[in-house]
Amino acid sequence: MASLLHRYPTFRHGVHPPESKLDTCNEKIKQFPFAPVLIIPLAQHIGAPAVAVVREGQEVARGQLLARADGFVSVPQHAPASGVVRRIGLVPGIAGRMIPGIYLEPHPGSSQEVAEGDPCDLKSSSPDEIIAAIQGAGIVGLGGAAFPTHVKLKPPEGKSADTLILNGVECEPYLTTDHRVMLEQSTDIYMGIRYLLKATGTERAIIGVEANKLDAAAALRAATPDDMPVTTEVVDVKYPQGAEKMLITALLGKEVPSGGLPVDIGVVTVNVATAAEIGRLLPHGRGIQERVVTITGPAIGRKGNYRIPIGTPLRFALEEVDVSDDVSRVFLGGPMMGQALSSLDIPITKGTSGFVAFSNAETSMREREYPCIRCAYCVDACPIYLNPSQLGLLAMTGEYERMVDDYHLMDCFECGACSYVCPSHIPLVQRFRLAKAIYRERQSA
Amino acid sequence: MATLRKTLEIDTSPHISSGASVDSIMRNVVFALLPVCISAVYVFGLTALVTLVVATLTCLLTEQLLGRRRGAPSTLGDWSVAVTGVLYGLTLPPGLPLWMVVLGGVAGVGVGKVLFGGLGYNAFNPALVGRAFLAAAFPVSMTTWYPALGSQRFVEIPSSMLALPFATPVYDAISGATPLAAMKFDGDVAATADLVMGLTSGSTGETSGLLILLGGAYLVLRKMMNWRIPIAIFAAVYALSGVMHLVDPGVYPSPMFMLFAGGLMLGAVFMATDMVASPMTSLGCVLYGVLIGTLVVVIRLWGGMPEGVMYAILLANAVSPHIDNLVRPRVYGTGERGAS
Repeated sequence: MASLLHRYPTFRHGVHPPESKLDTCNEKIKQFPFAPVLIIPLAQHIGAPAVAVVREGQEVARGQLLARADGFVSVPQHAPASGVVRRIGLVPGIAGRMIPGIYLEPHPGSSQEVAEGDPCDLKSSSPDEIIAAIQGAGIVGLGGAAFPTHVKLKPPEGKSADTLILNGVECEPYLTTDHRVMLEQSTDIYMGIRYLLKATGTERAIIGVEANKLDAAAALRAATPDDMPVTTEVVDVKYPQGAEKMLITALLGKEVPSGGLPVDIGVVTVNVATAAEIGRLLPHGRGIQERVVTITGPAIGRKGNYRIPIGTPLRFALEEVDVSDDVSRVFLGGPMMGQALSSLDIPITKGTSGFVAFSNAETSMREREYPCIRCAYCVDACPIYLNPSQLGLLAMTGEYERMVDDYHLMDCFECGACSYVCPSHIPLVQRFRLAKAIYRERQSA
Repeated sequence: MATLRKTLEIDTSPHISSGASVDSIMRNVVFALLPVCISAVYVFGLTALVTLVVATLTCLLTEQLLGRRRGAPSTLGDWSVAVTGVLYGLTLPPGLPLWMVVLGGVAGVGVGKVLFGGLGYNAFNPALVGRAFLAAAFPVSMTTWYPALGSQRFVEIPSSMLALPFATPVYDAISGATPLAAMKFDGDVAATADLVMGLTSGSTGETSGLLILLGGAYLVLRKMMNWRIPIAIFAAVYALSGVMHLVDPGVYPSPMFMLFAGGLMLGAVFMATDMVASPMTSLGCVLYGVLIGTLVVVIRLWGGMPEGVMYAILLANAVSPHIDNLVRPRVYGTGERGAS
C-alpha cells in the first residue's frame, strides 16, 4: 500500500485495477516436476526461429543444445531435461497454429543434472563476448515480451547508453514472479547487473520496483554490493507502470521519442528476472532450461510461483496445481495484456511469466455495449495521451489511415487501460489491434 | 482428468474491467439530483412534485416510443433519459401548464436526443433543448413565476397547471419577480443567504445552491463528473462580475449574488457537465467552462434577458467538438519532450 504521506514517482494517467497478488506474493518459488513429454517450439522469441541440431531418437542431456540461433535476432534452445528426442515436427503454438518444434521425453529415472558449458568470466570477457554469451544462453525478455535480450544490449551505430534500468515493476494484476525472484534471487540479480553494466557500457543501474513490493525493494537494497553503482527506486502502484516507457518516465522524467527506442535517450531496460537468469547461467555457461511462472486465478487450487521446465504442457501444469472443474478461461500473462488460450496443449515457453485461470463466475457475464458517451475516462487513462474515444469512432467507420496519421494509432502499445475503464464497455484496444493489422496489411500491399 | 476437456472461452485482453458502466453513472446523477428535487417540493409544494413527475414520465415515454430502433432493446435501462427528464423538470417554472411540460419534454428528447441518434450523439443537452423550445414558444408562461413558500402549497395545485392546451392559462398567484429579474429591471438585490438556501422564486430546481453543490460534490468524488467545468464556470462568473461590481456597485450586483442567483448553480453543476455535449480534455473543459461563465455574465448584465445560463450552455455545447479538435494533448514522445 502506498503511503498517503509519501508520493512515489510515476507517469501521468494510467489505471488502478485490483492487484489480486495476495494469493501468491508470499508463496516461495517451488520446483515443478517434469511432464511425461516436453514440447519445445523453435521460436519462443521474437525473431528468426532456432534451427534444430539434434535428430529424432537422439539421447540428450539436460542443458544440451537442441537448436542453434539463426542469425543475430535469434536465440538457441537448450534441453530442459535429460531424455530422448521423440519427434521433430509441428507442435501447437500459442496463437492456435501449429509451429515447428521438438518433442522431448524426459527419462524418469535420470538425476537431471545440468551439463556445464563454457563459463563466461565477468572479469576477462569483453562486452561483445558477454553479449555473445547472453545470446548463447538463449536469454530473452522474461517479462513476457520474449525479445532476445542481447539485441537491445548493443546500441545502434552512433548511439550509446549511460543508464541501465532493471524493471521490477510487474504491474500486471495477479503476477508475482518478478516479486519472488527479487526476494529470493537478489544475488543472481546483482551478478546479472554486473554482466549487463559491462556489456552495455552504462555507468549506473536503477532497479525500479512498484510500491506494492516494498519487501522486495528492501531486500534488494540490503543486498546491494558496496562496489556497484546501483540504486533501487520505488515507483507508484499504477497500471501500466511496468511498460518500458512509463518506467523510464517515472524514474528519469524523460520520454522515449515516438517511434524510437529507450537507447535514443541513453537508456537500456532489462527485466529483473532476465537479469537474474543472466547472473545464474553465465558463470556456468548454461542455457535456459526453466523459468519462474505464477499460476493463479480463481479456478486454481494450489496457486503459487513455480520454477517450471520450459516445454511443460499447460494441461499438465494445470492438473498439477488442481485446476477446478468450472475453469472457463485461461490466459498467458496477466489479465490486462495476457492472451486467452484456445487450447491447453500448448507448452510453457520462455516468455510465459504466468497464467491465470478464471472460472465461470468471472466470465459468464458479458457486459452490454453502449454508445460512447464521451465521458473521457479513456482519455484520462491513456498513458501516452491518445484519444481512445475518437480512435474508437474512427475504427468503427474504417478510417484507419486517419487513425494513424492524425491520431497517432501506432504509438499505442495496447496496454488496454482504455477498454478497462470504458463505462460503455466498448472494446477499444481490441479494435485498435485490428486497425493496426489492417493498416499494416494495406501498407504492405 | 476429464475436467480439462471443457470448452475454453477466448477473447482478447483485457480480461477484466473497472466495473464502471453508463447506467451506473446516469443512475448516480439521478441520485445526486434527488435532494434538489426534495428541496424544490418543499419550497414550491405540490406543483413542483407534479411538474417533476410529468416531465420525467414524458421524457421516458418519448424515448421509449421514438428512440427504439426496430428490434433493439429498450434504452430506458441506461438511465440517461431519466437524467434528462428530472433535469428538464427542474428547469421549468412551477405552475407551468402541464400540456406545455409534456410538449417541451417531447421536443427535448425527440429533437434534442432521438433525432441526433440517441445516447452519445446528442450535440446539445436534451433537457435544455426542451426548455429552449418552451422559452421560444411560450415566453410569457416561461417567465411567470409562482411564489416560493406559499401557505397553500401542500394542499392545492395552481389552476394554471391544468389549463387546456393553447388556452391562455389563468394564474391565481404570481410572485413579483425572480431575484435576477428584480435586479435587472428594478435594481433590487436579494440577500445572498436566501439564494444559497433556495428560499426565493425561480425555476423548480434552480433555487438551492447548497444542495446542488452537494450533489455535484458527490458525483465528483465518485469520478462521475468533471469538476473542472463547474469550477471554471464559477471562476469566470466570479471574476468577470467581480470586476464589474468594483467598477460600479450601484449597477452591477456582487459576484456572490451572480453565482447563487438564477439557474447558474444547476446549469454549471448538472447541465454543462453533460458528458456527451462537453469536451474531453482537461484544458478543453476549462475553456468550455470559461466560455459558459463569460456568456452568462454578458447576457445577464448587458443582454435583453434577465437570465442567460441556458443559452450560454447551448452555445458552448455547439462549440464543444471544436474545442476538442483544437485542444489536443501532446502525444507521449512527440514534440519537445520527445526529442532525442
